[in-house]
Amino acid sequence: MQDLLRRYGTGLTSVFCLLVAFWILVLIVLPNFAMFEQSFRPYLPVVEVGGPKDVYSFANYSKILDNGFESTIFGIPVTLPIHVLTFLDTVFFSALVTFFTLVFAYPLAYYLAKIASPRSIPTLLLLLFIPMWVSEALRAFAWYVILTFNGPLNAALKGLGIIEESIRWQNGIFTSYDAIVIVLTYCYVLFMLFPIYTAITSLDTNQIEAAEDLGSPWWRTHWRVVIPHAKPGIASGCVMVFMLSAGSLLVPTVVGSTKANWFPQTIYTWFNDALDWNTGAAYSMIFLLACIVFVILMMRLFRVKLSDIAK
Amino acid sequence: MSAGIDLDNVCCDFGTFRAVDNANVSIKPGEFFSFLGPSGCGKTTILRMVSGFIEPTQGAIRIGGKDMRGQRPNQRPTALIFQNLALFPLMPIWENISFGLEVRGVDKATRRKKAEELLALVDLPGAADKMISQLSGGQKQRVAIARALAVEPQVMLLDEPLSALDLKLRQHMRAELRAIQKRTGVTFIYITHDQGEALAMSDRVGVMSQGRIQQIAEPRDIYDNPVNGFVASFVGENNIFEGSLGPVADGMAALTGPHGSFRARIRPEAEGKPLKLYVRPEHTKLAPTKGSENSVEVEVTEVAFEGAFISVHGHAAGGKAISAEVRNDGVTPVPALGDKVYATFDAARALLLPDANVRG
Repeated sequence: MQDLLRRYGTGLTSVFCLLVAFWILVLIVLPNFAMFEQSFRPYLPVVEVGGPKDVYSFANYSKILDNGFESTIFGIPVTLPIHVLTFLDTVFFSALVTFFTLVFAYPLAYYLAKIASPRSIPTLLLLLFIPMWVSEALRAFAWYVILTFNGPLNAALKGLGIIEESIRWQNGIFTSYDAIVIVLTYCYVLFMLFPIYTAITSLDTNQIEAAEDLGSPWWRTHWRVVIPHAKPGIASGCVMVFMLSAGSLLVPTVVGSTKANWFPQTIYTWFNDALDWNTGAAYSMIFLLACIVFVILMMRLFRVKLSDIAK
Repeated sequence: MSAGIDLDNVCCDFGTFRAVDNANVSIKPGEFFSFLGPSGCGKTTILRMVSGFIEPTQGAIRIGGKDMRGQRPNQRPTALIFQNLALFPLMPIWENISFGLEVRGVDKATRRKKAEELLALVDLPGAADKMISQLSGGQKQRVAIARALAVEPQVMLLDEPLSALDLKLRQHMRAELRAIQKRTGVTFIYITHDQGEALAMSDRVGVMSQGRIQQIAEPRDIYDNPVNGFVASFVGENNIFEGSLGPVADGMAALTGPHGSFRARIRPEAEGKPLKLYVRPEHTKLAPTKGSENSVEVEVTEVAFEGAFISVHGHAAGGKAISAEVRNDGVTPVPALGDKVYATFDAARALLLPDANVRG
C-alpha cells in the first residue's frame, strides 16, 4: 500500500482501490448476497412479495430432498431424491474428469518442462492453444458431430476394423455420462496442464539427475522428487478443472444423453423454465457450498495446504 | 570398495563442437584425481560421461575394468555430487541421505540408522530431522557427501562442489573432503577450475584446455614441470620470453630474443616446436647488479605488499612486463618504485615450452 502510494500518488491509488472494491463488492459480494437472501424467501406472485406470506424459511432448500428415485450406485439399489442423485453424479463425474485431465496433463507437462528442446516449446504451446481460440460452445458442438451415430468417429473406427457396429456414444458405453466426460476432459485439460507445467519448470533438473544417479528408477524419481515438487500445481489444476467441470452448463446440454443430468442444468431449469429464482438460488447455494466442502476434503486427503495453491 | 576408471580415446561431440577430444586417463582405485581447467574446457563433460548422463561419441569408459557403454546412471557404481548439490528440499535430511537405500528397498529402521551413522561421519550429528533449508552452506555440503556415500559407491564424482562457499569454509572443506576420502578409500574424481584446490587435495591432476587433456601428473610436477605454456600459465604466474632457439645440449638450450640470451631446460619431446621461455616470479631474483647469466634490466613500476611476500612488477626494455616475488623475511632487500634492478633467474628453474596442445 505504501509502495502503491509512493509510486502512483494519492489520486491514482484511490482510483485503483475503488475499482477493485467496486469489482469485489458490487459484482461479486452483493449479487451473491442477494441470491443468498432470495434463497430463503418463497416464490410468490408479484403482488404478494413483501406481504404476510413472504417470510424466511428453509422450504426452498428442502425441495432438493423431494421426489425419491430408485436407481443403482455401483450395483447397489438405492432410493435417493432425484436432485441429490444428479448432484452426486455431477460430483463423481467431475472428479473423474479431473482424474483424466491429470493423467493426460502430467506426462505432457513433464515432457514440455524437462524433455522437449527449448526451441520447440513455442511451437508446441501454440499447437496446444489453437483449439482454445475456438469458443467452448463450438468445441462442444464439434464433439457432438464427432460422436454422432453416423459421425466421423464411428466411421473411422469401422473403417479401421476396430468396431463392426456403430456405437451410440452419446448414450454411453459405460455410463450415460461418457460423452460429457470425454468432452469436459478435452475442454479443460489445459487448465490442468499449465499449472503443472509451471510447477515442473521450476524444478531443478539436477534433482532429477541426482535421484537417477542414486539408483532411482524413473517411476520412483517421479513419485519422490517430481510429484512432491509439482504438488501445488497439481492441486490448483485439480481444483480448477473440478470446479469448471461441475459448473459446466453448456457441455452437458450439448452432448449429454437424455439420461445424463448435470446439476447446473437442474439449477438452470429452476431459473429459466420454472422461473422460480428463489429455489434456483437455494440450489446454487447448496451446490457452491457442497463443492467447496468437497474440495476442502480432497485437499485434506492429499495433504495440500491452501497456501500451496496460492503459489 | 573402490574401483579404478579408465578412459580410452574418449571423445564427445555436441553437434559439430568437440567438447572432449581423445581423452586417455587411467585413474587408480582409491585415488583422489582432479580435472583442472577453465570453464568450457570439457571437464564437466568428462564427469557426466563417467556418471552416465552423456554417452561418449567415441572411445570406452571402464569402471573397475567393466565397460560402461549403455549403462544408465542408476546402473553405475558412481555417485555424483552436483555443483549446486541438488539436495531434495522436500525431504528431511535423513531421507535425503538414505534415498539411495530407499531405492534399493532397504527397510526404514536400517535406513534411519545408516543415515545417522553417515551424519556422524560427516560431522553433523543430530541433524537427521531438520530440513535442507535450515542448514548453512557448509552443512548442506556435508549432507550431499553423506547422501553420495550412502549408496557405497566405488567412485565419487564431484563437480566443483566447493565453488559456492566462502574462502574460509572452502579451505576447511578441502581438508574435510580429503579426510573423508582417506577414511572411506573411495576413488574421488574432482572437477575444479581453482588450481589451489586441485593442487592441495589431489594425488594426481589432469589439466585440460579446449577439450584436451594437456598433462596428467602429481600436483608438484604440474607446477614445477608443466609440459606446455597453457599448463604453466593456468597453475601459476610466469615471466615469458620469446626468441629464437639455439642448439640443445644436455637438456638445456639457449633462447635469444630482444632482451638478451637466456638458458633454460628443454624436454626432448619439445624440440622442434616453437617455444617460449617460462620462469615463475618466485624464481626471479632482483639484485642491483647484473647476474652471470639469464639477467635482464628492469625498472620497478609497482611494489605490492601481499603479506608473506612482496610482489614487484617492472618493465624491461621495450615495455616488457616482468614480475618477481620477494620474500618478506626482513633480510632480502625490497626495491623501491622507479629503481633500476636486474632480474636474474636460475637456468634450472626456467623452462622452454610449446603452446597449448590443441587440435590443429
